[in-house]
Amino acid sequence: MTISSSPLATDHDLWRSLLGDMIRVRVFEERCAELYGESKIRGFLHLYIGEEAIASGVMSCLRPDDAVLATYREHGHALLRGVSAESIMSEMFGKATGCSGGRGGSMHLFDAATRFFGGNAIVGGHLPVAVGLGLADQVLGRSGAVTVCFFGEGAVAEGEFHEAMNLAALWNVPVLFCCENNRYAMGTSLRSSESQIDLALKAASYAIPAWSVDGMDIVEVHRATTKALASVRADGGPMFIEFQTYRFRAHSMFDPDLYRDPAEVEHWKLRDPIATFARRLVDEQIVTDADIEEMWERARAETEAAVAAAEAAPIEPIDTLLDHVTRDAEPAPHIERSPETTTDDEVWP
Amino acid sequence: MSSLDADTDERIDAEVVPSMTYREAMREALRDALATDDRVFIMGEDVADYGGTYAVTKGLYEEFGRDRVRNTPLSESGFVGAGIGAALGGLRPIVEIMTVNFSLLALDQVVNTAATLLHMSGGQLNVPLVIRTTTGAGRQLAAQHSHSLEGWFAHVPGLKVVAPATPEDARWMLPTALADPNPVIIFEHATLYNESGPVDPVLGPVDIDRAAVRRHGSDLTIVASAGMVSKALAAADLLSAAGMSAEVIDLRSLRPLDFDTMAASLARTSRALVVDEGWRTGGLSAEISAGLTERCFWSLDAPIARLASAEVPIPYAKHLETAAIPQIEDIVAAAHDLVGDR
Repeated sequence: MTISSSPLATDHDLWRSLLGDMIRVRVFEERCAELYGESKIRGFLHLYIGEEAIASGVMSCLRPDDAVLATYREHGHALLRGVSAESIMSEMFGKATGCSGGRGGSMHLFDAATRFFGGNAIVGGHLPVAVGLGLADQVLGRSGAVTVCFFGEGAVAEGEFHEAMNLAALWNVPVLFCCENNRYAMGTSLRSSESQIDLALKAASYAIPAWSVDGMDIVEVHRATTKALASVRADGGPMFIEFQTYRFRAHSMFDPDLYRDPAEVEHWKLRDPIATFARRLVDEQIVTDADIEEMWERARAETEAAVAAAEAAPIEPIDTLLDHVTRDAEPAPHIERSPETTTDDEVWP
Repeated sequence: MSSLDADTDERIDAEVVPSMTYREAMREALRDALATDDRVFIMGEDVADYGGTYAVTKGLYEEFGRDRVRNTPLSESGFVGAGIGAALGGLRPIVEIMTVNFSLLALDQVVNTAATLLHMSGGQLNVPLVIRTTTGAGRQLAAQHSHSLEGWFAHVPGLKVVAPATPEDARWMLPTALADPNPVIIFEHATLYNESGPVDPVLGPVDIDRAAVRRHGSDLTIVASAGMVSKALAAADLLSAAGMSAEVIDLRSLRPLDFDTMAASLARTSRALVVDEGWRTGGLSAEISAGLTERCFWSLDAPIARLASAEVPIPYAKHLETAAIPQIEDIVAAAHDLVGDR
């Protein structure tokens, strides 16, 4: 029976779809971990397991003309933005068919077609870029288009965070800042690195409307994002949402996770965004257990197809190594600037 | 430039080409860009009401308004990053950074983002961004406003780095830089702004990847850039009076370096003196010397010589500052040492 006062009372297709999105990301990420163990994926690999509700909830609110920037923990964001699992997996395999042609890897997924601007691995570095993308939308009159910028709570310690907040508010650009606060910047806890741990307050100090929501609850994520985007799209200027979340895995595959109390990890796992939401949807009779099993099956099939395609894909020929360093320019005329009058020095044949 | 002005024999159609200062030439280039392309805008610290620290953008804000000539807070990383984003979003930003020393605050954006995006994205995302900044010593601005760090940027694949040494290049390199799909950094030497020289008003965009032979000669090649070009030309005049014929190359582009033009010159002169206002250690002069040695070793009559700034932060006191950077008489002396016949 559906509870009439429940936020899930309507839009059942949306809630089913969001559960399916989170499951897609979870399955994809779990498989990435295995493939890292098999040395199929190399470099740094940062998994989004535990944080799926944020990307799933936010991405479901976006339009094709919006722009998205994310961090190096961005497989899920790319996938849900519409970058194919195959091209993401192929990128991590270092293949020519990868979404960045094998130049980027796990941390640098890009896709111009879906306006997915990375895959950025300098913490805080992409925030000013987001401001510029928003400025371009504003100046070129692309009404209602929004730039959505994801970053971790570690970024708030960087100067670029503060410069970007100030510029965004000063210029009133259409940017939604999505702070994914998973409580640890690698191994450094927020509490041990920030004098002020109220992150929304930091943004608010730049006159940006800001608030904090439960990032483990996709209904809350979706509701907050919908509300924020309505304002940003209506020329209301930038907004900031802090999503309180937790990563269930270590920072990266290199990280032995020595700095977190295992009890803390287990505590947060009780709030698994997929398990809790699935239970709610079953309780409210929006999905059945069989529906959910089918979602997992579909996600596994998608991921396995991506792995098979990545395995089979060609690598870039080495003679393309120097491609994409600079793009060819239209040549401007070379003007002979040499002195036209012969000097007394001009003696060669 | 002073030496060109002083020696009418060597000027290019001096009687028919109007003269303007380097500052006026750059301002005219900016005005033209703003007037002809709605996507172009200028942003930087005090570029609007103040008119730019070096008065290059003076009057443009009044003419084009605050959105096209956009003041920024003191946030070099922030507004260079915003320039990158604006370029990705379809605009053609011209970002002014007050001095090359301040550009270090934006180094993350320039090196980690602007220079890498095209490659990291597998060729999908180019960054058509122009950065203008001043470089160089000579105005007693001491160690945080006087350095010549353009060689650092020239180290980085993905960037194009140019150094207009004449008013004409100041006028006509900008449209080419704006049309370029890649990030282009324009280094303007602080002592050049008041210098005058001929500027062809209808020349049009010029290439930004070739060096120019500014003076022909046969005994040695002097390679210089930015503020060193006029000093090299003045030195060549003195050398000529002493019976030595110096060819002077203005690099114009620091990345890419035009080794073809330099090597062709060396094929004629067999000797090269590289003059660089940057420091010697790990500097641009080292790269040029090594590159020329690799190409021209068997035709050289002497090891390639270098003249660079003293390995010291640039000091304030005039006599110390003068001693720290290559001067005309230093170039003359180095040329004599290199040719070895006087």
